[in-house]
Amino acid sequence: MSQKSLESSQWTTRQNRNARALARWTTAWVLSLALAQFGPRFLWDEATLLSSIGIALNLAIGIGMILANRRLIMDLDEMQRQVQLEAMAFALGIGLVFGLAYAMLDTVNLISFDARIPELAAFIALVFMASVFRGTRRLK
Amino acid sequence: MKNRLKVLRAERDWTQADLAGAVDVSRQTINAIEKGKFDPSLPLAFRFARLFEKSIEEIFEDDAV
Repeated sequence: MSQKSLESSQWTTRQNRNARALARWTTAWVLSLALAQFGPRFLWDEATLLSSIGIALNLAIGIGMILANRRLIMDLDEMQRQVQLEAMAFALGIGLVFGLAYAMLDTVNLISFDARIPELAAFIALVFMASVFRGTRRLK
Repeated sequence: MKNRLKVLRAERDWTQADLAGAVDVSRQTINAIEKGKFDPSLPLAFRFARLFEKSIEEIFEDDAV
């Protein structure tokens, strides 16, 4: 059985490696987002070329993050993939429905502040995390 | 769907982690299958059958039967 334990440990190691890679890409993406957002004001005095490079860098790292996430999901087993799929369905559906309703509140002036994309992105992320938590608990 | 995974595993003195490693899934997935909370796909059911040298019907039983 030691061979099986070794295989199990290799599977766990692969999962951990994928998760660490995604964490690194996500951190880099967040940092590049901050650079693209605040760089023009605080670092390079609105220079168009550097602002363009900042946004291009953010996009390139974002693509790397998407691919790392795909690799992580493809390496999950079928139950974990089902949990992720349900969470993505909830996040996309709720994000779309509530996001458009939120935007409409702003459009018809029912709220005094502007509906902003970062708030929607944070909401989608929270729904996704809650859905993964719920799915994992349900199958425990 | 009912199954005999826990019994077959116990007969061989394997842990859930051992079985998980043998069929290339997580230990949590083995736990969920044993408790009947998750039904495995056909390819995974075949991997269990090959591992235990039994037919799928000898391991898994449809609730409706």
